[in-house]
Amino acid sequence: MAQFVKKDDDLDGEEYSPFLGIEKGAVLQEARVFNDPQLDPRRCSQVITKLLYLLNQGESFTKFEATDVFFAVTKLFQSRDLGLRRMVYLIIKELSPSSDEVIIVTSSLMKDMNSKTDMYRANAIRVLCHIVDGTLLTQIERYLKQAIVDKNPVVASAALVSGFHLLQTNPEIVRRWSNEVQEAVQSRAALVQFHALALLHQVRQNDRLAINKLVTSLTKGTVRSPLAQCLLIRYTSQVIRESGVNQAGDRPFYDYLEGCLRHKAEMVIFEAARAITELSGVTNRELTPAITVLQLFLTSSKPVLRFAAVRTLNKVAMTHPLAVTNCNIDMESLISDQNRSIATLAITTLLKTGNESSVDRLMKQITNFMSDIADEFKIVVVEAIRSLCLKFPLKYKSLMNFLSNILREEGGFEYKKAIVDSIVIFIREIPDAKESGLLHLCEFIEDCEFTYLSTQILHFLGNEGPKTSDPSKYIRYIYNRVILENATVRASAVSTLAKFGAMVDALKPRIFILLRRCLYDSDDEVRDRATLYLNTLGGDGSVVETDKDVKEFLFGSLDVPLVNLETSLKNYEPSEEAFNINTVPKEVKSHQYVENNRNISNINTCLGAPLAAPTSTADSYEKLLSSIPEFSSFGKLFKSSTPVELTEAETEYAVNAVKHIFDEHVVFQYNCTNTIPEQLLENVSVIVDASEAEEFSEVAIKPIHSLPYDSPGQTFVAFEKPAGVTSFGRFSNTLKFLVKEVDTSSGEAEDDGVEDEYQLEDLEVVAADYIVKVGVSNFRNAWESMDPDCERIDEYGLGPRETLAEAVAVVNNLLGMQPCEGTEVVPKNARSHTCLLSGIYIGNYKVLVRVSFGFDGPKEVAMKLAVRSDDIAVSEAIHEIVASG
Amino acid sequence: MEACPSVKNILLLDSEGKRVAIKYYSDDWPTNSAKEAFEKSVFTKTQKTNARTEAEIAMFENSIVVYKFVQDLHFFVTGGEDENELILATVLQGFFDAVGLLLRGNVDKREALENLDLILLCLDEIVDGGIVLETDANVIAGKVATHSVDSGAPLSEQTISQALATAREHLARSLLS
Repeated sequence: MAQFVKKDDDLDGEEYSPFLGIEKGAVLQEARVFNDPQLDPRRCSQVITKLLYLLNQGESFTKFEATDVFFAVTKLFQSRDLGLRRMVYLIIKELSPSSDEVIIVTSSLMKDMNSKTDMYRANAIRVLCHIVDGTLLTQIERYLKQAIVDKNPVVASAALVSGFHLLQTNPEIVRRWSNEVQEAVQSRAALVQFHALALLHQVRQNDRLAINKLVTSLTKGTVRSPLAQCLLIRYTSQVIRESGVNQAGDRPFYDYLEGCLRHKAEMVIFEAARAITELSGVTNRELTPAITVLQLFLTSSKPVLRFAAVRTLNKVAMTHPLAVTNCNIDMESLISDQNRSIATLAITTLLKTGNESSVDRLMKQITNFMSDIADEFKIVVVEAIRSLCLKFPLKYKSLMNFLSNILREEGGFEYKKAIVDSIVIFIREIPDAKESGLLHLCEFIEDCEFTYLSTQILHFLGNEGPKTSDPSKYIRYIYNRVILENATVRASAVSTLAKFGAMVDALKPRIFILLRRCLYDSDDEVRDRATLYLNTLGGDGSVVETDKDVKEFLFGSLDVPLVNLETSLKNYEPSEEAFNINTVPKEVKSHQYVENNRNISNINTCLGAPLAAPTSTADSYEKLLSSIPEFSSFGKLFKSSTPVELTEAETEYAVNAVKHIFDEHVVFQYNCTNTIPEQLLENVSVIVDASEAEEFSEVAIKPIHSLPYDSPGQTFVAFEKPAGVTSFGRFSNTLKFLVKEVDTSSGEAEDDGVEDEYQLEDLEVVAADYIVKVGVSNFRNAWESMDPDCERIDEYGLGPRETLAEAVAVVNNLLGMQPCEGTEVVPKNARSHTCLLSGIYIGNYKVLVRVSFGFDGPKEVAMKLAVRSDDIAVSEAIHEIVASG
Repeated sequence: MEACPSVKNILLLDSEGKRVAIKYYSDDWPTNSAKEAFEKSVFTKTQKTNARTEAEIAMFENSIVVYKFVQDLHFFVTGGEDENELILATVLQGFFDAVGLLLRGNVDKREALENLDLILLCLDEIVDGGIVLETDANVIAGKVATHSVDSGAPLSEQTISQALATAREHLARSLLS
């Protein structure tokens, strides 16, 4: 770029760039040189570089400009200059021309593809594959197949990598190249083998047998590049995952993974070590060699290696803390690592593997460390401390002190929230920590800049404070809020005061005085609340026993998800009829708490309101069903199941079913997709044989009129069943339709069709279909508020089970209720576990279940099931489900 | 985990975080402003670290970034959060060394901009649509440099074998030091 170069002396100390003052308009003008009859390759290259520079800086060309440049660029194929040709390739890829423009360059590119210069061939393949569409691809397919087995590795790699990308858009064409790709896997060129292996796996990924064969042959053969070796390790762990442990207790291919730990390339060693640590149910014996190599990496001079090792060990520490303890000394020296990511990972790993005696020493080290890391790392540390404290409850004092100290220091909202959440969990889980924890929180709200945290803490204080030995000491902190804070915080402070008043009779007169002062607040919400509470608590002078309804009003949780309530209120139109909270749908779409990336703890932070999740699917089902006249008389939809697949993946017709439960009816919604482009289906319906479901009788069928390729349609079948009864049954399904051939080029279907049938899997209506998942925010409160007379307890044997987690999963699937407070997760190697479930039974009965699991002899799991509900008959029904399940 | 190791982007920024050359291979950052925001956060977060002798590493939302600095140039390679860190580091090293070879050891922003065509070709030869094409710096630089031979670019003052020899020597020196 000679013309850009100025004299060095001119630019001492000032910013210099050959592109200084560059402008899009001017460069587009310059691009006219592409049209010169006498091409100047150097000048053209420079202009292309400028265009690419503009694109790189985020400048965008209008459609017109891009087309203009593209057409000009196509002229440059006349030049035989190698360097210019490379730049032409590059800019064509960047411009990604539209399909009608592509046609201009295809012949030039196809010529290059068959040129004698390997560089031309390789690049032309990459460019062409980048811009072609399906029809053009069939024309060049022959050349691509040849290129895959070309003796020049650059050409072969170019074709293979292009094939990898084309697989996304034109899978059926790339699948036809299997033989060539298979041949390329045997290539002597290291990278060709890598690319061929990647493509072959991608083509065959759904064929387990083929993958298994591929892995078996390659693990015995030679793999030349470290990258290919890494791929093979990934495929091998996939095969291991799918085949499990064999009878002899050996894991197939484990020896291969272990062998890779001695490979000369670090990336392969690491890939293998990581694969071993991620094997499901990995034993300590299997882990040891992997941990050993990772330990060596910890002391490497390369930060990337240390990071990779400590991150993997951190994950291992979650499931196998003991296996990692050998690395603790190396890990401790990493606390002072320059790279803060490494230091944080080291600390959190140590917190997981440490034993009770090392806690204090660790906390000391962390205190020094906390001041110089960013908030996001601090949150990770706080979460690690939270799980540590739950592991060693006796150490709560030093950990609580640590948390209260860092709570006083500077920090953003997320960080403070993490600390507050942790303290709340300590208070919930460790009875001894309650009083000191509450005081720490009180001190915090004295000087808290976050309204959200203040209100949450006040709410929590209202629930927990009255139950402490000396509730009066919290009143000062709460009333200070009424004097000092904004309206939102004042309002929640008023509610908290009322809760103390309701629970602690001795405090009542004083609370009334305070509440009366709030009647003159400047904010109406605060005044309204004060008035309301004074009246409900009988603040008109007479000190009376607070009755049950008032307590229910103050402490009871809202049993509908807030999101649903919000939607219902928005839809409510003012009329004679008052808003009825019972019409609000209660179904919470099974919300998996988004496991945060760090996976530090499974404890859900439940400060206050129940977590509600979007219920859009439930809503849309309801809308869909009520729009169909045949079903509109069925009443309110009780529950819709998750879709059940009725066909195997990748069959001609994909069908799944959703079960909609109404009080007296059940509607099956079959979602059908036609995956054959050459067919049009008409009059599609599902013939249901209900002979194994005696209490159900078919009342309506709604077929799909026409089902073209790849656009899903729904057909419905409705059944009547006895009201209020939980009827079960098995239904066998057959898809029935009229097939018409479609000419794919014209898209027109033939007039005549053929009747055909297609067998689907059976569908079952089970107990879980009659129970809606509804969470409660505080299980213990909810449990205690239900009538103990409606409780039924019984014990059951669950037979031999490998782990308690398996037993918990079985019962959860059977009942289909919402696990509360994270109790669906069983700690590793636990000998006993209690799972808390909540839901609504058909007929709108609230049901709470407490299941305690334990081992009864070797591998035999027994469980004790306690059920409370609004109606004793429902409690018995739940037991019946379990007994028969 | 991705079945095939993949690179989300390669960035070459200057000492103020401005773009010298960039290439994105994934759709994680659909708009230019999203890309710029990512570059800014990567740059500010890594700015103060010392990544001059050994490549450094950092985590971002769903990504891992490995990076290395020389003079006023900052090299970054981004991959998914489950990606093998060492593969990303190998790609980074390949890019870094290839640029060193192509700029004949004078690796700074000015030289890079003056030879931007070489840098862009270099990016094109390392990764294609997220898939690693080549990681050996000599091969990468060789592929890029071959094309300059006729074009009369500054490289033509030296024959290509000479240029590579000087560059290799420089590389060897930097490895030994």
